[in-house]
Amino acid sequence: MKYLDEFSDPELARRLLDDIHQTATRPWAMMEVCGGQTHSIIRHGLDQLLPEGIELIHGPGCPVCVTPLEMIDKALEIASRPDVIFCSFGDMLRVPGSDRDLFRVKSDGGDVRVVYSPMDALEIARANPDKEVVFFGIGFETTAPPNAMTVHQAHRLGIENFSLLVSHVRVPPAIEAIMTSPGCRVQAFLAAGHVCTVMGTDEYPDLAERFGVPIVVTGFEPLDILEGIRRTVHQLEEGRHELENAYPRAVQRSGNPTAIAMLDDVFEVVDRSWRGIGMIPASGWRLSEKYRAYDAEHRFSVTGIDTHESTVCRSGEVLQGLIKPHECEAFGTLCTPRNPLGATMVSSEGACAAYYLYRRLETPTLRPGAAAPKEVTSVG
Amino acid sequence: MAEQVVGAALDFEGWTCPLPLRDSPTVVMGHGGGGAMSAELIEHLFLPALANEAPELLGDSAVLDLGGARIAFSTDSFVVRPLFFPGGSIGDLAVNGTVNDLAMSGATPAYLSAGFILEEGTDLSVVGRVAERLGAAARAAGVSVVTGDTKVVDVGHGDGIYLNTAGIGLVPGGVDIGPHRARVGDVVIVSGDIGVHGVAIMSVRDGLEFGTEVLSDCAPLSGLVAAMLDVTPDLHALRDPTRGGLGTSLNEIARASEVGVELDEGKLPVPDVVTNACAFLGLDPLYVANEGKLVAFVAPGDAEAVLEAMRRHPLGADAAVIGTCVPEHPGMVVARTGFGATRVVDVPIGEQLPRIC
Repeated sequence: MKYLDEFSDPELARRLLDDIHQTATRPWAMMEVCGGQTHSIIRHGLDQLLPEGIELIHGPGCPVCVTPLEMIDKALEIASRPDVIFCSFGDMLRVPGSDRDLFRVKSDGGDVRVVYSPMDALEIARANPDKEVVFFGIGFETTAPPNAMTVHQAHRLGIENFSLLVSHVRVPPAIEAIMTSPGCRVQAFLAAGHVCTVMGTDEYPDLAERFGVPIVVTGFEPLDILEGIRRTVHQLEEGRHELENAYPRAVQRSGNPTAIAMLDDVFEVVDRSWRGIGMIPASGWRLSEKYRAYDAEHRFSVTGIDTHESTVCRSGEVLQGLIKPHECEAFGTLCTPRNPLGATMVSSEGACAAYYLYRRLETPTLRPGAAAPKEVTSVG
Repeated sequence: MAEQVVGAALDFEGWTCPLPLRDSPTVVMGHGGGGAMSAELIEHLFLPALANEAPELLGDSAVLDLGGARIAFSTDSFVVRPLFFPGGSIGDLAVNGTVNDLAMSGATPAYLSAGFILEEGTDLSVVGRVAERLGAAARAAGVSVVTGDTKVVDVGHGDGIYLNTAGIGLVPGGVDIGPHRARVGDVVIVSGDIGVHGVAIMSVRDGLEFGTEVLSDCAPLSGLVAAMLDVTPDLHALRDPTRGGLGTSLNEIARASEVGVELDEGKLPVPDVVTNACAFLGLDPLYVANEGKLVAFVAPGDAEAVLEAMRRHPLGADAAVIGTCVPEHPGMVVARTGFGATRVVDVPIGEQLPRIC
């Protein structure tokens, strides 16, 4: 497939790896921001091929992982209502709230539907005028434009039984929060390519300058990632800290102006809590005043939610890059993809799930017969 | 114990219950996904309740001694939506699903039953078309439908038509195929392109189009298995990787046989349309359903001849060696990636979920 095969060529990968091996003279720790990049790195085993000192710290870029527990609980409450059709991307269905997930709500009779686009949810609203149709609008700058467009269309077409439960998050404030957190080990960033496809790159030079870190806009196929790492290593070795675009086939400096205009119209920036991390100022979007009537939180006024997160789970530290997934005591024993304690284990983009699925061979915590009192089968 | 469980407030943390479905006290869709949750349901709820002497329950079909004959016996239910899809229908699936389960024991499928569960209000012409497809598929597979049943449920309590088939077939002498019989050194062969049926269904069910029409690979595999058995009766393990895909089937055999399976990812036959659809949706072709493919574990000395025999058969023309059984990591499947790194191929939990971005 065009843009898949060309960017998975082992011979070209070898050349990039040779360059990285020749360039790196000492250890460096860099963070790939996006969960899609984490998935690709682990799936293809790219981190196994790097020089020993080059460490990839998995960033908080899985939209499923960082959606706050309170928002999941709100989604569960709204989805349980008999007059609601609750639509979501597929991998949100397994994310645990305080005591259940959307699969459970569906099993208990809730009308929960997986859709591939928010516009599908709008179509469901049009076809079911006697129902309230809610779409779970989560994710980074990548998923925000279609959600904004859907609300815009609902408004334009006068479809009033549609609303959006919004938990959007933005990357640049997260980078700032990571760099200012105590114990931060990150020396460079592979920025999320598709976020920059939408937003452009103007937000990043200032971050690179302020924190003295190279930021290299990076794609998702194996060669894209290796090229991002190669350029990052060159910057680090040469003592530079600049914004570079290693994903020019998809990213322009100005981003997508039409999408940005739509985001500016439909959303407004708010402080947002990130699951496992906490409140990050100005890191989220909610619907702007003009579209407030389409805000599911506003429409359903869900109150009295009492959230409680598992205490064993260290997904917060995983998301901040302070520990690797298999360093968590619960990894693979108490916490498996089937019985997740934290959101990082849920999505296939989450760092823990990526490790669990692809790297169990080398994780020391997984000994046969190790104390795993709550695990059921040999899967764990 | 069971009496305590029904309707009671369950303490899933206490972990003393003999029916340990700790993830959910109710049935969720993942229990039918063919992955780890399905396996748990069988292992922890059905097997203890049935408590018979039929470990074959965990194979694709049971092989039973009846009056000196060795009979393979299997059943399967079909709830596919839509009823008609590119390359097949629920009628074709109902025949081929059971025929293939029998064939995976090396049996020659002979007789099927067919149970129809019809939803009130379903157009009789649709029922007729399904029945015709079922009959045609049976003739093509060389089996006869010899008994059946019909039930009607209230409107809203079914999805048009549900089908169940059961089947029996004769296992030839000297044939002993089972998921526990893979050995270190065995060669792993897949009969052709993987992931096609699942992508065909997604393309019509979810209104996704992938540029070209994708036809389901639904087909009866008994002829292909017979051709393989002509080479050697000593095929070790066979599986038709339906729900859960090839990745799940390989894991099931690795665990049952306590061998490691090492896959060469670059040799997996994945057609472009499946690669593209999976890339688009965030799915892994290893876990996408097939309906006319098998994976075989064959002794190294027989592998080349078996592979040649498969390639001479129309349903095995694209057969490929994809890996071997190794003494390392028993019970696990490990893929060598195109870049020379490795990754574990695990069993999905329930259904594969499309990724958000």
